[in-house]
Amino acid sequence: MTRRSKDALVLGLIYLAAFFSVVLLAGIMVYVFAKGFSSISWSFLTTVTSALKGTTGIAGNIVNTLYIVALTLCIATPIGIGSAIWLNEYAGKSKLVRLIEFTTETLAGIPSIIFGLFGMVFFGTALHCGYSILTGALTLTLMILPLITRNTQEALRAVPDTYRTGAIGMGATKWHMIRTILIPSAMPGIITGVILAVGRIVGESAALLFTAGSGYLLPKPGMGLLRKIMESGGTLTIQLYLSMSKAQYDVAFGIAAVLLCIVLLINILTRLLAGKPDVSSRG
Amino acid sequence: MGQKNMGNTYMSGRGRIRAVETAAQIIFTVCAFFAVIAVASITLYMIANGVPAFFKVGVREILFSSVWKPTAAEPSFGILYIILTSVVGTAMAILIGVPIGLLTAVFLAEVAPRRLAAIVRPAVELLAGIPSVIYGLLGIMLLNPIMYKWEQRLFRGSETHQFTGGANLLSAVLVLAIMILPTVINISESSLKALPPQLKASSLALGASHVQTIFQVMIPAAKPGIITAIVLGVGRAVGEAMAISLVSGSSVNFPLPFSSVRFLTTAIVSEMGYASGLHRQVLFTIGLVLFAFIMIVNVLLNGILKKGDTEYD
Repeated sequence: MTRRSKDALVLGLIYLAAFFSVVLLAGIMVYVFAKGFSSISWSFLTTVTSALKGTTGIAGNIVNTLYIVALTLCIATPIGIGSAIWLNEYAGKSKLVRLIEFTTETLAGIPSIIFGLFGMVFFGTALHCGYSILTGALTLTLMILPLITRNTQEALRAVPDTYRTGAIGMGATKWHMIRTILIPSAMPGIITGVILAVGRIVGESAALLFTAGSGYLLPKPGMGLLRKIMESGGTLTIQLYLSMSKAQYDVAFGIAAVLLCIVLLINILTRLLAGKPDVSSRG
Repeated sequence: MGQKNMGNTYMSGRGRIRAVETAAQIIFTVCAFFAVIAVASITLYMIANGVPAFFKVGVREILFSSVWKPTAAEPSFGILYIILTSVVGTAMAILIGVPIGLLTAVFLAEVAPRRLAAIVRPAVELLAGIPSVIYGLLGIMLLNPIMYKWEQRLFRGSETHQFTGGANLLSAVLVLAIMILPTVINISESSLKALPPQLKASSLALGASHVQTIFQVMIPAAKPGIITAIVLGVGRAVGEAMAISLVSGSSVNFPLPFSSVRFLTTAIVSEMGYASGLHRQVLFTIGLVLFAFIMIVNVLLNGILKKGDTEYD
């Protein structure tokens, strides 16, 4: 009897712990959306905060976020995939591989504020990129590299060896085999990694505060679109942080609601990708 | 493939293919070394920027003095309380977060009916995806007012206590505890699931109840995985900056639950914007201390993982 009641008590605690996460998430969602939706409007999403025109808007920050996401992915995705291919297809098992895997793990564990400091002194000062979208993107490249490398590696591991031997046996060269067989088969895994990376970039703030800065203006049309890369640009999270520290909680909650929508969207996308059994790799 | 050239047109085609092959291999190798170069240069830069202040101010004055007055006429750069805050805050967050996380992992791996697991697991995943600034915003709007009420009740009439308006260590710890939950849950769950099924079966066959089996057989057997989860949780908690920078208050104090405190990370976030000269260099020293903590965590983790590998092979 005592054992049974003890078991029941522990079981109750287990349920309680599990429901804590669910209640917490539901609470966060309801609270942020309830407080945020009132400040979201068409002009909030499409204008830039300006005392002259009397508008409060986050269009500039949305554009900056898109810039940084696109630029970071352009740099990090090829490097991450290349690194995974080397580790999985060329390297075999050596001390060097262990070193690279260890450093990849280490990179994944470094806090974003350290990336921020490094990005500020290296890309910002030493390479003279200043507070700019480029500095931010280069810094984030380092941060999301492990994510892409690891996801690609896992996807490559899931491709059956018969694919490799088959292609080589038919006379394909290694690079041809990688290009036409391995990468297409591993595509769902690679895309999952990229989407997860988008999530991390959108949510990142500490690494961007001292690298990409806090500019909130829209790029000028024409050449301005290109020049924007070298200008300061605060993402949504940075603007959220700045609004929060200035106690402009309406704007903060508006941005928080937008960010939560993006997080939900990314979650649904990865779920769809992961849920779809990749037929290609089962053969 | 390693044969010498014989024909002309045929061979030039083959030579091109071989050149492409070599180029591909070289490019992939360079990509792979990117991570090594990145970690090496981050380490170098952190040391190069963090060490000078040690010489200018003195190791003991920085690490073992508790007076942090970087902008005073006679500045003092003691970061002892900042280090202690990070250590104590992380430990408290682990103490709160790990039991909840572990129980949730048990729920997902062992107890949950499929339909409930299908609610809890996505919820945990989403919690992991919420940007840290949002946790900070919620901390300010929800936790700090509650903390302020408690503070007023607890310290009524106290003359020594500095009122913080609720932005204190405890608020930050609660935010951190929530933020490490997904890490702890995911890794503990997969380590519980990776256990050989005979373990559970034999315990049940010997007459132990399911709960007894979980806590006396399975959790001890999954210890390497659970320790990994804790260590990763420590890494996350030590390194978190934006979520707690406004929640934890803005002055450097000994880490008591209701004191306004600065963590290693929040000191950098809140002062780097205006710091200059020696102050700025000391902030980099704080970064270096944080980096050292994280490297220790990483090496520990590597050790655990290596040991775990050999144990279960």
